[in-house]
Amino acid sequence: MRSDRSQSAPLGLKIAAACGLLFLHLPILLIFVYAFTTEEKSFVWPPPALTTQWFAVTWNRPDVWQALSLSVRVAAISTAIALVLGTLCSAAVSRTQFFGRETISLLVILPIALPGIITGIALRSAFALADIPFSFWTIVLGHATFCVVVVYNNAVARFRRTSGSMIEASMDLGADGFQTFRHVVLPNIATALLAGGMLAFALSFDEVIVTTFTAGQQQTLPIWMLEELIRPRQRPVTNVVAMVVVLVTLLPILLAYYLTRDGDQIAGSSK
Amino acid sequence: MSLDAAITTKVAPAILPGSGGLRGALSDLFWREPKLLLLLMLLPPVLWLGIVYIGSLFALLLQSFFLIDEFSGLINREFTLKTYGDLFQAANLDIILRTATMAALVTFASAIIAFPIAYYAARYARGRWKALFYLGVMLPLWSSYLVKIYAWKLILAKEGILTWLLAKLNLLWLLDAWLSLPVVGGNSLSVSFTGTFIVFVYVWLPFMILPVQAALERVPSNLVEASSDLGASPGQTFRNVLFPLALPGIVAGSIFTFSLTLGDYIIPQIIGTSRLFIGQAVYSQQGTAGNIPLAAAFTVVPIVIMGFYLWGAKRMGAFDAL
Amino acid sequence: MTSAVSFARVSRHFGSVRAVDAVDLDIVPGEFFAMLGPSGSGKTTCLRLIAGFEQPTAGSIAIFGERAEGVPPYRRNVNTVFQDYALFPHLNVLDNVAYGLMVKGVGKPERQKAAEEALSLVRLPGYGARRPGQLSGGQRQRVALARALVNQPKVLLLDEPLGALDLKLRENMQEELKSLQKALGITFVFVTHDQGEALSMADRVAVFNDGKIMQIGTPEDIYQRPKTRFVADFVGSSNVLPPDFVQRYSGQHRWGSLRPESIRVGSAASGDGVAARLVSTNYLGATTRLALDAGGLRLHAIVPAGTALPEQGEAVVLTFNREHLHLMDEPA
Repeated sequence: MRSDRSQSAPLGLKIAAACGLLFLHLPILLIFVYAFTTEEKSFVWPPPALTTQWFAVTWNRPDVWQALSLSVRVAAISTAIALVLGTLCSAAVSRTQFFGRETISLLVILPIALPGIITGIALRSAFALADIPFSFWTIVLGHATFCVVVVYNNAVARFRRTSGSMIEASMDLGADGFQTFRHVVLPNIATALLAGGMLAFALSFDEVIVTTFTAGQQQTLPIWMLEELIRPRQRPVTNVVAMVVVLVTLLPILLAYYLTRDGDQIAGSSK
Repeated sequence: MSLDAAITTKVAPAILPGSGGLRGALSDLFWREPKLLLLLMLLPPVLWLGIVYIGSLFALLLQSFFLIDEFSGLINREFTLKTYGDLFQAANLDIILRTATMAALVTFASAIIAFPIAYYAARYARGRWKALFYLGVMLPLWSSYLVKIYAWKLILAKEGILTWLLAKLNLLWLLDAWLSLPVVGGNSLSVSFTGTFIVFVYVWLPFMILPVQAALERVPSNLVEASSDLGASPGQTFRNVLFPLALPGIVAGSIFTFSLTLGDYIIPQIIGTSRLFIGQAVYSQQGTAGNIPLAAAFTVVPIVIMGFYLWGAKRMGAFDAL
Repeated sequence: MTSAVSFARVSRHFGSVRAVDAVDLDIVPGEFFAMLGPSGSGKTTCLRLIAGFEQPTAGSIAIFGERAEGVPPYRRNVNTVFQDYALFPHLNVLDNVAYGLMVKGVGKPERQKAAEEALSLVRLPGYGARRPGQLSGGQRQRVALARALVNQPKVLLLDEPLGALDLKLRENMQEELKSLQKALGITFVFVTHDQGEALSMADRVAVFNDGKIMQIGTPEDIYQRPKTRFVADFVGSSNVLPPDFVQRYSGQHRWGSLRPESIRVGSAASGDGVAARLVSTNYLGATTRLALDAGGLRLHAIVPAGTALPEQGEAVVLTFNREHLHLMDEPA
């Protein structure tokens, strides 16, 4: 019998788990190497030599900058809309028991539960039916729709951990509804909203499937990459952009994790 | 009392007057009519999701009952089930069957690879290691989808790292033998079903790990110990105790892997053969072919399959593990 | 004189549940008033009706003569110490205490000074910079108290404030609360399910059961002269005596109650009295509690520890002073 279970995992399990994690991470690390390769025409391994020249080339490419700028603007506005809608929805759902609560939750989760292509084509055909021309705002419309769920999930989890008597305490001490929201509710859910906002931003920044249906002629960064994947023009530039995208999405994820980790650790250690 | 001096000494009323103004009036109104506040809070998100999203879905569904005129290319807006009939043409059935088979295989493989990671993270990892495992799954999950696909294009390319590695290990014959097989083989891994399969598994794996881990976290560790105390071999413990308890998590994870594979059109387009999957069929029908009704009918297929899948999963209690 | 809090036929129904059922109540300004009852008896709902978290289904509530129905909690000059304290985790102790003054627009230096004083009052001077999470349960309780008192409420409501504290701390806090109340002269309304707490602290006690007030009176009234079987049983577990039994000793056919400490237990040979059999003994430190069976009637007696006791199962004779037998109002 094992006497101390937490220290001795069977060797086979350790190896299987380690291999699984390596499988998840090695491909991403490979991107970093390819960003420095001197090879232009193929994906040859090992790289013949290493260089940083492609960073300069990428820096001077206006199409990359345009795509990046569009992606950032879309993500920022979609996140802002998702924050408002997600917070309202989570507050309503956690505040009271009401008829149709489950339906509301389902409604929020549906855009991410159904395959992106369905959301995409549904929006596209709706735009077509309503004679709405593609624009910046049609992209935002799609992105905000599936970003709501991320904010919603984070905020609902935080509301669940927030004691209900705190709102009563605030009102008891003379704060009206607006003061209570400003001084008690908002500070308590702020980090959850920030985390939700980060994830929503990352989600929007990376989205490609819905965007292909709602973007028209404009290119977000993922659309730009998709084009490069299907019809490569300058592979090294794609390599560099891929690396930058990994780094840019990494930051909000780590930050979101840092902002919500207390709750996770409590949940993990209370077993 | 010293407290009195700090604030006021005059006799305060028991009921304070309202603060007046719009804010005070609104605050009192919301307090008196909490349902009004609830309605106001729900209105924007429900309007947005209800009109923008559900409205679009409904419009899509509606179009699947229309028919495209084969000569003029115009959409005939009359109710018909003929478009659905087109789904049952041999070529289209082929696409549906191929996609469903791929989704099932991907789900199965994800479950096998996910289990050791989830089990280790749930039962052995503590403190810092636990956080590391969590991030180790979350980071790939949230990493750019296209970059992940791109990375595999690099790996699977004929001149890429996998071929190089196999050559070093003198195993190239194995790769060649595999690629010469019908159906799964091809010119190189990046233009074969095998490649499509590997990338699908890679991209959706984190969606399997997280719910399985959540399900395993809920298994009391003394249950496992009790099983081995009673003389069960590790294999028996796995079969009779761990697997049944992890099953709701696996089913929950499979909802993601299955649904995401059914609807994806980018992975098979970039890494795969010219034979279509449902997602690609939808994309080309609505795009180049301009046949929105058929595209709409195609999207109903994954919805129906997922509907049955979710119904079955709910009966197995998989939603608790989400 | 106007009552601090006055209930006139106040009811609060939740669906078919009558949490509070046609309650009449008058709380005198400056008194320490306890609401005592088992859980679900309506005492906490009454407190929430005073605070404004609940609205009466019927009847009217006045606070110092002013109508309170439809007035939101933030416009009532009444403050609450919550059972779980409900301190704001994102604010430090000083800002927690100063919260009420802050939302009323009192300037920062002024409200911080008042908060410091309130903290000294509850004997936590210098704790202002800490977070609620860094405090012990007893300290949190004091902060919650200071946070309410700093607003100088006309009525202070305390919802089982000592429930989460351990025994020793609870006894200390009982004394402190009592002396604080006397010093400040604020009306305290205190909800508890602990009869010892209610009796030792309150000027007057209301005993609740099933949404109704069974009896209101001084602790001595409640303890010595319970009006109903419920009160006799719930407050200090008196022996409830059936009318037939009572008639033999008082000549009246009414329910009666007898305190366990009023019963003397003698040997079977010692003469007249109620014949009984000793069922079990329970050592309680200073006293010993005896369970007795008097011809099918189960009685309890409390005797000083060290008293020579008969064997278990042995026949005994119970005697008591007739004037200790209390006749209740409840009809036979």
